[in-house]
Amino acid sequence: MKLSKIFSKRNRVLLRELVITEFKLRYQGSALGYLWSVLKPLFLFAILYIVFEKFLRLGRDIENFPVYLLLGVVMWTFFTEATNNGLQSIIARGDLIRKINFPKYIIVVSGTISALINLGFNLLIVLVFILVSGVHISFESLLVIPLILELYLFALGLAFFLAALNVKFRDAGYLWEIFLQAAFYATPILYPLAMVMSQSLVAAQLIMLNPVAQIIQDIRYVLVTHDSVTIYHIISHWYLIAIPFAIVVLSVVVGGLYFKKNSKYFAESI
Amino acid sequence: MAKTEVEEVVIRVEDVTKSFKIPLEASSGLKQKVINTIKGRKGYRDFKPLNDISFTVNKGDFFGIVGRNGSGKSTLLKTLAGIYTPNEGSVVINGTLVPFIELGVGFNPDLTGKENVYLNGALLGFDRKEIDAMYNDIVDFAELHEFMEERLKNYSSGMQVRLAFSIAIQAKGDILLLDEVLAVGDAVFQKKCFEYFKQLKREKKTVILVSHDASALEEYCNKGILLNEGSIVKAGKIDEVISKYRSIVNKIEETNVEKEPQTGAYVHEGTGGLTIKKAISVDENTLSAKKIFTEKDKNVAIKIDYIANIDIDDPVYELTIYDGVGQRVFASNTIWSHQKTEGVVKNQKIKTEWLLPNIFASGVFTISVSAGMSGGAVILDRVEDAGKFQVNKKSYSNAITNIDYKLKVVK
Repeated sequence: MKLSKIFSKRNRVLLRELVITEFKLRYQGSALGYLWSVLKPLFLFAILYIVFEKFLRLGRDIENFPVYLLLGVVMWTFFTEATNNGLQSIIARGDLIRKINFPKYIIVVSGTISALINLGFNLLIVLVFILVSGVHISFESLLVIPLILELYLFALGLAFFLAALNVKFRDAGYLWEIFLQAAFYATPILYPLAMVMSQSLVAAQLIMLNPVAQIIQDIRYVLVTHDSVTIYHIISHWYLIAIPFAIVVLSVVVGGLYFKKNSKYFAESI
Repeated sequence: MAKTEVEEVVIRVEDVTKSFKIPLEASSGLKQKVINTIKGRKGYRDFKPLNDISFTVNKGDFFGIVGRNGSGKSTLLKTLAGIYTPNEGSVVINGTLVPFIELGVGFNPDLTGKENVYLNGALLGFDRKEIDAMYNDIVDFAELHEFMEERLKNYSSGMQVRLAFSIAIQAKGDILLLDEVLAVGDAVFQKKCFEYFKQLKREKKTVILVSHDASALEEYCNKGILLNEGSIVKAGKIDEVISKYRSIVNKIEETNVEKEPQTGAYVHEGTGGLTIKKAISVDENTLSAKKIFTEKDKNVAIKIDYIANIDIDDPVYELTIYDGVGQRVFASNTIWSHQKTEGVVKNQKIKTEWLLPNIFASGVFTISVSAGMSGGAVILDRVEDAGKFQVNKKSYSNAITNIDYKLKVVK
């Protein structure tokens, strides 16, 4: 498919309407409505602060640990939301697909963009806490943009693959849920990477080959504290450092091609 | 049709075959897949709704696709619309094609009428600005001014259809695909639909109309194809296609009519003071059973047998005739026709004979019989489907009746 066709006027309009609709419907019927988009991360921060700062006393040697935690959780939440939205998107829009012909990728993209909008709200709250905590914001902080893009692309590639897979096997959703739960603990979100390093450096290096781990640690480094251990600290060979980036590219290419190959038959398989 | 200009092909369908894999088990899960692989089962059966279909549509054609339910019409329409990908063959379309498989695609009950207009419009290819420009026209046409800020779930189904249709007719394309489902709704709405068809015809738009309603196609289309069990049975001028369609439908109905209902299968309602034994259509002269009537038959005669189970002083006998779609064509009784009836005693057999002028249009008719007393206040017995007869006339009528009339074209 030509790039000009992907971004044709009709497809852009449709994408916009689908995203707006999803956003409007999300908080419909709740008294506080859109406010929940900011209240959720706010309460999450309160909980993390109480649990980790007052009781668990984890990460004593990382400055601004509650904000560091919040940022990690927010990024992970985006990753799970984007992939889950994508996974369900084609099945959920079966009524449309059976009745009108339009590029199916728009549905998956709209699902991931909804998650991206949520990430925006969450990051706004994170930013407030960063400023309140007195973290110095520099030009380096702008690196957050390519890092978010990297995470978005990774999630999008997986979303394409999972959406198409879910049409064939409805078990995909349950399998992915379990996988994500395991991956949450295999990613240094709640625990500092230094804890793993003190046990085994190889284990820490393996953990950091996961693109999500690499991105979260990088974002924490540029936004919250240089105490965040990144892939560049613990792996020195460039070809090993390239692995998480290669995984991202692979997920986009394989996910995209798999989706394209199967999308022709969505209307009759749903 | 003028042959002066070269006809331009806008749709070319070549050797299109479509088959589906219908799963035999309800679940489409991994478990079933594994079980099937182990047991060496396919887990699905092949179903081929379209078999080697080829035809072309020229620019400006009003093209009809006709066939009985399950003949493959909808699959063909969805293949033309690009919703289904054919397994074999190709569909080439020159121009912008606007499909209406269903009205109001993407309508969401939790959004307001206005929000739904923008969403549905986006699916038809309009951006916000374009819809802003046509918004008032849409609301005017739908006659829903005071409801646009209300959620769609508070609309009646009729209001939803009106809104959807008003958006649909704004769609601009070179080729329109219309499904018969468009012509649902009340009589006023149907009229609007047909006016829209006429407008399309005037504008010389290329239209594909799918229906099982022969009369609608005959009125609007110039060419068409007849589908039966996934294959094209007849293609060409619409009147030839429709007459072939009628002969197929009549043949099937005839075999249905021949199967005379057993009186044991009668469903009786009423107090049971009397039993309707048998109701049949007969030849008016010989009074022998006759199932099919043509122009040669001046009258359709109906003979009904009853038996009384109690003494009845003032019996009333009633007959109603329904056409194939359940419309009442004839209904009368001995009171309305000022016919005096004699009292009957228990176990007495009674007979009524009705002679109806053959004003019926071609089709299958149902004989519905009832009997009562006390001026009809008490229903003794009623059988809704007591028998059937068929009328086959050469002349065509687009109404309930087909009366003998004179027509003169005066210059």
